[in-house]
Amino acid sequence: METVISSLPVLLLGAVITLQITAISVFIGCILGLMAGLSRLSPKRVLRFLATCYVDFFRGTPLLVQIVIVYFGIPQILRDIQNILVKAYGFTPVFENIHPFLAAVIACSLNSGAYIAEIFRAGVQSIEKGQMKAARSLGMTHGQAMRYVILPQAFKRVIPPLGNEFIAMLKDTSLLSVIGFEELFRRGQLIVGATYKAFQIYLTVAFIYLIMVILISRLVDYLERRLKTSD
Amino acid sequence: MIKVSNLYKRFGHLEVLRGVNCHVAPQEVVVVIGPSGSGKSTFLRCLNLLEQPTAGEVVVDGVNLMDPKTDINKVRQEVGMVFQRFNLFPHKTALENITLAPIKVRGMTQHEAEEIAHNLLAKVGLSDKAHAYPDQLSGGQQQRVAIARALAMRPKVMLFDEPTSALDPEMVGEVLAVMKDLAREGMTMVVVTHEMGFAREVGDRVMFMDEGQIVEEGTPEQIFNYPQNERLKVFLSKIL
Repeated sequence: METVISSLPVLLLGAVITLQITAISVFIGCILGLMAGLSRLSPKRVLRFLATCYVDFFRGTPLLVQIVIVYFGIPQILRDIQNILVKAYGFTPVFENIHPFLAAVIACSLNSGAYIAEIFRAGVQSIEKGQMKAARSLGMTHGQAMRYVILPQAFKRVIPPLGNEFIAMLKDTSLLSVIGFEELFRRGQLIVGATYKAFQIYLTVAFIYLIMVILISRLVDYLERRLKTSD
Repeated sequence: MIKVSNLYKRFGHLEVLRGVNCHVAPQEVVVVIGPSGSGKSTFLRCLNLLEQPTAGEVVVDGVNLMDPKTDINKVRQEVGMVFQRFNLFPHKTALENITLAPIKVRGMTQHEAEEIAHNLLAKVGLSDKAHAYPDQLSGGQQQRVAIARALAMRPKVMLFDEPTSALDPEMVGEVLAVMKDLAREGMTMVVVTHEMGFAREVGDRVMFMDEGQIVEEGTPEQIFNYPQNERLKVFLSKIL
């Protein structure tokens, strides 16, 4: 029990870092997802193709693999390229390693963006076809109709699935422990390594995740209800 | 105002329009009648390219819609359309529904657009509903707002796609009354409807469509009192 209490400050700070990385990743993921989701519905084939490739790759491969590619794989390639350039032009090497935080943001944002793309696509497609027809019949372009008529309605419908995505990502950030990113789970691991109290510490970690998830799902419910009444 | 020649529309193997020819003069009110599945609505949607025709020619106000160089958004600004299911924007008030396109498409100021919108709401008898959302309005009221929304773009032609078919019977009258006013003011109108009373009273010309073709057309008097075509006779005997 004392171990649990004494490690709480460290774990709670870890929880804050977990929340932080999740919020940043899902936020960037929303921007990526909006672009990719709309591209998948675009009349332009090239856009549709590119967006489909993106979504398929990041939904079709494990987040863990994506994380190690970004953290270990990409920097290695960059260093190789740098070596060639150093040999050829003789400038001093600048790139050494990617910061775990940056790698975490890149991997989680790209992953989240792929899932959110599907959420936005489904949200837009759930709006009645007559809305687009009515908007177009008034002379609006496809883009204007999306922006002023379809998306404002779709945004309300994607709040619950976006909340789910946030919760899923919150839990998945524990995978970032493999690159030594000190979020909640990684901090638990480190404490267990020093104290050998695996049961108590990991159970505490689990409870902290659980509390965060419950609070967030309540918040999403509240948002959903408020948006409904504002109609 | 509108000239259609040899219009074909296929959905896969289904041939919905099979060589439609017609013209609509300025200020004319043309009513299109016919059994369901005869292609009336598809025909109407081809007039503003909400439906892409398979072949043929559609010329609206001198602009050939089938010409790839035609800016279809420009054409649609001149052709208003009213839908069977109203299709008001549910997240916007009646006033905002009407002002949206004039502001975003025509580039009007909000003040200008709202002035026009208030005038139109008065015209359709809904001045007091400017700030109501669509789900706070009855079907008839929604359809009248939808008509005002289309009129706000100051179109040269108005297309009506069964505008009263989704309404409760007691609300049909209020919508038809608005349409009659519009016809009286000289608006060019193409109306797909099952309201034969409206066709008789307001239509300058009635076209009877069946199986993707216009099989008979004439004045309401000719069509309703002296039908020639057998299918038209059968159709009229069923509905009158």
